[in-house]
Amino acid sequence: MFDRRLIQNFDWTLLLILLLIAVASVVNLYSATYPIKGAGGSQVFMKQIYWFLIGFAVLLMMTSFDYHQLERLAYPIYFFSVALLVIVLFIGDMRSGSQRWLSFGGISFQPSELMKISMVIALAKFFNDHAQVNEYRLRDLWQPFLLMAVPALLIVKEPDLGTALLLVIVSFSIILFAKMKWRSLFILISVTLASGPFLWMSLKAYQQRRILTFLNPDLDPLGAGYHINQSKIAIGSGLLWGKGFLKGTQTRLHFLPEQHTDFVFSVLAEEWGFVGALVLLLLFLSLIVWGISIARSSKDRFGALIAVGVVAIVFWQTMINVSMTTGLLPVVGIPLAMVSYGGSAILSTMIGMGLLMNISMRRFMFQ
Amino acid sequence: MKSATFEQASVEVFSIRLKILILITVVAFAGLLLRLWLLQVVHGPSYRVQSENNRIHLQDIPPFRGMIFDRHGELLVDNRPSFDLFVVPEEINSRTSLAKSMVRLVGLDEGSLREKLAEEASRYGFRPMPIKRNLSREELALVEANLFNLPGVMIQVKPQRYYMMGDFASHTIGYLGEISEGQIDGGQYPDCKPGDLIGKYGVEKKWQNRLQGVRGGEQVEVDAAGRKLAVLSRKPPVAGENLGLTIDRNLQLVAEKALSGKKGAIVAMNPMNGEILAMASAPSFDPNAFIEGIDKAEWLRLTTGKDYPLQNRATQGQYPPGSVFKIVMALAGLEEGLIDSEEEVFCDGAFNLGDHVFHCWRKQGHGRVSFHRALVESCDVYFYKLGKRLGVDKIAQYARMCGLGRATGFELGSEKDGLIPTSPWKLKRFGVPWQPGETISTSIGQSFVLVTPLQMARLMGAFFNGGILYEPKVVKWVGKEGKESYQFTPKQAGRIKAKEEHLALIREALIGVVNEPRGTGSKSKIKDGTVAGKTGTAQVLALEKEKAFGKGNEIPPEFNDHAWFVALATAENPVLAIAVLVENGGHGGSAAAPIAGELIKAYLGKTPEGQVVARTSTPGSETR
Repeated sequence: MFDRRLIQNFDWTLLLILLLIAVASVVNLYSATYPIKGAGGSQVFMKQIYWFLIGFAVLLMMTSFDYHQLERLAYPIYFFSVALLVIVLFIGDMRSGSQRWLSFGGISFQPSELMKISMVIALAKFFNDHAQVNEYRLRDLWQPFLLMAVPALLIVKEPDLGTALLLVIVSFSIILFAKMKWRSLFILISVTLASGPFLWMSLKAYQQRRILTFLNPDLDPLGAGYHINQSKIAIGSGLLWGKGFLKGTQTRLHFLPEQHTDFVFSVLAEEWGFVGALVLLLLFLSLIVWGISIARSSKDRFGALIAVGVVAIVFWQTMINVSMTTGLLPVVGIPLAMVSYGGSAILSTMIGMGLLMNISMRRFMFQ
Repeated sequence: MKSATFEQASVEVFSIRLKILILITVVAFAGLLLRLWLLQVVHGPSYRVQSENNRIHLQDIPPFRGMIFDRHGELLVDNRPSFDLFVVPEEINSRTSLAKSMVRLVGLDEGSLREKLAEEASRYGFRPMPIKRNLSREELALVEANLFNLPGVMIQVKPQRYYMMGDFASHTIGYLGEISEGQIDGGQYPDCKPGDLIGKYGVEKKWQNRLQGVRGGEQVEVDAAGRKLAVLSRKPPVAGENLGLTIDRNLQLVAEKALSGKKGAIVAMNPMNGEILAMASAPSFDPNAFIEGIDKAEWLRLTTGKDYPLQNRATQGQYPPGSVFKIVMALAGLEEGLIDSEEEVFCDGAFNLGDHVFHCWRKQGHGRVSFHRALVESCDVYFYKLGKRLGVDKIAQYARMCGLGRATGFELGSEKDGLIPTSPWKLKRFGVPWQPGETISTSIGQSFVLVTPLQMARLMGAFFNGGILYEPKVVKWVGKEGKESYQFTPKQAGRIKAKEEHLALIREALIGVVNEPRGTGSKSKIKDGTVAGKTGTAQVLALEKEKAFGKGNEIPPEFNDHAWFVALATAENPVLAIAVLVENGGHGGSAAAPIAGELIKAYLGKTPEGQVVARTSTPGSETR
């Protein structure tokens, strides 16, 4: 089973990119959670370090088997994840109005994070099994849509609109990548637009307000628009070189909402300026481009689809999170992969990266 | 398993799509970077300014309001630190335990505190919410000692006006109140902000702009919750200028004590320059009440209550002068040549005009009375006859010359003119011609004649200072650190133009009022020095009263006569001119004259004559 070529093919580039992002994450979190009046330091960045250690271990574990074995396990994993999503609705911890966490002996995690990876694997499995030369028509796609809709609705129920949205977008990315008929896509978009009003009505008041204030931030400068404005002020005031580490006034004085999770990018942009933001985004860009090249070098459809799916998760998280903090999108509550604080998210990302590494390491192997 | 060729074809198709994906990704990231470039580089500087504004707040530091002293530098009005208790609602651990501690420490009512927290806490957010102002020293010590145990509780200190002697000279000193929107818009108070306390009455109002000082400020760094973290820069406040009154603390106290429980007014002034030495109006009020917050019932009592405590009766109370007016009559008679001081007039206790009989206060009459005796014993009939010959318009001419019927020019303003009737006035006011009988009652200061105690004190002084009517002043100096920005200087408002021999005749008679055996004002007599004076007993609604209650019947106290006494001490060295008015006090000789006597004794007894003179010329220097 163990093959010398695996070591030779170990993807050091991918690991290096991940390590750099992890370092940026920890340093930035140290600042984001630095206590307001010195003394009694926050331990958040230490926890993040532990999560990364666990995360990299998981990454290595994920390379220890041939990803082709996942073809058999794809649906069981998927159903296991869906089951967890159902369970969380019954026995999950209630935190600030939503039920997203499952606790096991002191450790709690979010099943929705696992769901993202399971979803990617399940869709890869589907499109691998149903490979066809022609483009997919809608009627060919009812299964993937069902695969997507069930967990998405369960996550909406928690409620965690951001993760549900991410799940849908990532799934669509895979479906589109697998090639859907343009006419089908057009029909889908029309149906979605037509159902817009119903979707709007099904949103909670605070979610509606977020979208309204996104469209017009002046609507509520001290309420919902406050967060967007403060985030833009933080980012903008960083100028080219930033205010310096631990010197971001917006961060230091807690003008930023959720500054160690959803708005962690604003902290970085304030203290490290445009240059710092550029470096981080270039790291993510390299990660994504590298991931796509892994998909390209993968010699089989299943591996390529998984790689595309994993890359899509990182891509969309980066796009949505940065757009949100810079005021291009409403505040939807999607963290920035690895950089935001959060154990479940790090593990889920590292599992994805482990799969990527797995595919990369086996790119020269044939079945 | 699918065929290898299919697999191969599929992967090749992927290859093209993956190239497209890379393109899409690069374009998308370029978009994000463009956005960041716009935010951070193009518009960055304006966001930088916004972030500075975010963290820096300006906080006012209220200035120390100028202190107020009496003429000898006795401190009357100060500021004291007001220790106010606040809570920051978000920082409280448990409302229940906080409420319990507050009950124990500062005696707040638990229920109402919890109610307040429940209802209003959200309004304050992270800002401190006042829960008790003006902690006592004991409460302060208790709270300070327990602060470590009371998260979210804080104490803030600010200077608060303190009227050390409560209602002492409150009509002169005045009170503070919150500035109104109209006053802010009006522009007379350019340095004031909503919520500021400004002088609303008295000296506090008149000298507001000098007393208030200049507010300071602090640039403080705050966090998103508005909590103060550091002071970046500080502009210290500038204390307001101090102010010295012309009021003599001891004399004022005597005057207020004399009026306690009564309604009325006392004015004591320096006849030689117009400085008010004491001015009391009863009932009075405690200006501290306006600062500590006043409830509606109390406010209504003060402003619209039957006793009008806010009214300064010394300058705004208008009363018929009664027999005190005979001084004016005497002057008119002498100047017009209608009185020969040796000539005697017969008083049988009544004077007939047409079918109306005017009585002398002494029913059996005074018999044959000369000018001197008529004034000393206040014979009404003598002055009825004089008045008939003078006519109302001549009387009015002399009354006005004596400063009656017009404002005295009192420094603090809002004084009343009083009223000196003339025949054209009556026709205009009532549309009815002047009746001869009205001249008769005018002669003894009744009918329509109204004067203020301040006018009468000044008039009394003028007969002993060569006829000069000074503008009454209550402020001796304004300034600080030995530099006066204002200093009292006497100002003439008018002059009684009369022959010196006539003034002398009147002075002699006024001395007689106090010092002769049958004088009506003997109760103000003192041992060393000659006091002059004149009594007055002003009838309240003279005719109506008789109609309503019938002659000789028991009448309610509010219809009792007002007692007047005007006095001067001493004839040899005039340093004190006094007017005493006791509303519904009865006879001037018995109700008002003794009060004047007390004032004179207090003033002369305590201060040797030499010093009295010296004081008037060295203002301010003796303060602090």
